[in-house]
Amino acid sequence: MKRRVSSKIKRSKGTLIFDILNTIFMLFICFICIYPIWYVIVNSLNDATDALMGGIYWWPRQFSLKNYKTVFSDSSVLQAFKVTIAKTLIGTTVNVLFTAMVAYPLSKKNLIGRKYYMAFGTVTMFFSGGLIPTFLLFKGLGLLNNFWVYVIPAAFNFFNLLIMINFFREIPEALEESAKIDGANDFTIFRKVILPLSKPVLATIALFAGVGQWNDYFGGLMYITDNRSLEPIQTYLYRMVAQVQSSQMAGSIASNISAKDSTSTAIKLAAMVITTLPICCVYPFLQKYFVKGMMIGAVKE
Amino acid sequence: MTEMSNLKKRKKSVTMRKFMNQKYLQLMVIPGLIWMFIFNYIPMGGIVIAFKKFKITKSIAEAPWVGFKYFEEFFQDSNFSNIMINTIGISLLKLIIGFPLPIIFALLLNEIRNLKFKKFTQTISYLPHFLSWVVLGGILTTWLNSTGVINELFQALHITSGPVSYLGNPKYFWGVALISDSWKELGWSAIIYLAAISSVDQQLYEAATVDGASKMQKIMKITLPSIKGTIAIMLILQISGLLNANFDQIMILKNQINISRSQVIDTYVYQVGMTLGKYSYATAVNLFKSVIALMLLLIANLSSKKLLGRSLY
Repeated sequence: MKRRVSSKIKRSKGTLIFDILNTIFMLFICFICIYPIWYVIVNSLNDATDALMGGIYWWPRQFSLKNYKTVFSDSSVLQAFKVTIAKTLIGTTVNVLFTAMVAYPLSKKNLIGRKYYMAFGTVTMFFSGGLIPTFLLFKGLGLLNNFWVYVIPAAFNFFNLLIMINFFREIPEALEESAKIDGANDFTIFRKVILPLSKPVLATIALFAGVGQWNDYFGGLMYITDNRSLEPIQTYLYRMVAQVQSSQMAGSIASNISAKDSTSTAIKLAAMVITTLPICCVYPFLQKYFVKGMMIGAVKE
Repeated sequence: MTEMSNLKKRKKSVTMRKFMNQKYLQLMVIPGLIWMFIFNYIPMGGIVIAFKKFKITKSIAEAPWVGFKYFEEFFQDSNFSNIMINTIGISLLKLIIGFPLPIIFALLLNEIRNLKFKKFTQTISYLPHFLSWVVLGGILTTWLNSTGVINELFQALHITSGPVSYLGNPKYFWGVALISDSWKELGWSAIIYLAAISSVDQQLYEAATVDGASKMQKIMKITLPSIKGTIAIMLILQISGLLNANFDQIMILKNQINISRSQVIDTYVYQVGMTLGKYSYATAVNLFKSVIALMLLLIANLSSKKLLGRSLY
């Protein structure tokens, strides 16, 4: 009896130590996930010339909103933000609606040719043309230096289609039947019945597609060759970071800070914050959707 | 005979009628098929330029065939071994060290009893996944230079004695790639494991508790065996992507000095294809990669089927 009691105490002591260490570990994870963002924010709120000297970790040393003023008065940066916003809104909407439209008929088991259509799509998950043939195709289609290069090639996604099909199958058929009796055709049913009922899965996919659009720099780098006004902000930032990298490597570190350096640092930091904050603000509220959506995709396949 | 053909005709007309009944459905599918044909299948056809001497000024059909010339050129390229070593090396590091981390994180997070704190940690841990590599690259290039945060921290902790330029020295590149990638995807990759853990039957744990099992025993004997199917699937996916050493990440972190340890197949394809304009050569390199990647996928899938009785396709 005595022995049992003591072992129980011993175990709970071990558990207590484990719990404490585990909590500390989790706090550490939270810290390293948030801190980089915090670092950029405090540096962006600091005077740019002063920030170049480094050493700002927790709080701005010389508080200043000048960086943000510089960004918002630079017409090329503003243009880049406009492109990003436009491509995210248009690209995401087109992708979600178009993919859903194709997914709906494919969710019907009695669709003639369904097997062949699915096989046709499955192949695309395993084989792709790769970078150069895709570039040549876009060139041939006149998509280079064209805003629609962000939208049309991103209009459809077969993997998202599979997730949607699984979701559409869960919708009770009785709803479609009754709409059919009322004389609605399949397209109307899709628009008026299926889409409104599929908000969770549409939100999930919109989130993924939207973040993808928002964060993409490669499209702007690859397909916008001579029209800088069509570059999104991420491509703009990419060029700045790559430039800083090469100048650092050439040895021109903080020793000779020029006015140009401080302007580009100001733009870089403020633009990084402005591109990052919207995502930080939006994703926690959508997380119930994306966890659910990922599960639908993973479990049902 | 006539009866047979009649039957066939009737069958055909039934199909026809069925088809007409679903004409709206069919009309909704067709745009998707056309899209896939244009944006997936035409580029696949474009791969033929890997076997042709293609010039941008002329059409693909006009280009003369050259067989495997560009593949041989790649195998004999002085960069070949470096590129292969980097691609496979970085991926293997991410596989061996990076792969178990989210599983461990999920197991530990599952042990947090305060639900609010658990939820909070989970939400925060997703954050890096949503940041772009460009923004992270901007942070990392500042932090990792010889006067950056990492240097100050390491020198304060006496880990290093003098300033080190982590991106200005090839030997640190793999480590930087591994750590930054693991950090970015830790919380996100854990989602799938957390979901698998939460669907484990709670009665098993209760029974184990009654039998006096320790926490560790419960994890090893109940949790891990219950989620091994999920682990297998994620492992297959990771192995099949062994030659995809995160293009976005490496594009932003590589520079002229660390290139001997940072150039991977994907960045090489971009460089020779887009900056040097060697379209056929770049396509050949890319095709070589795709073929090996497909073989890896098949092997990984097959071995998972044999070993765990579970496969992806």
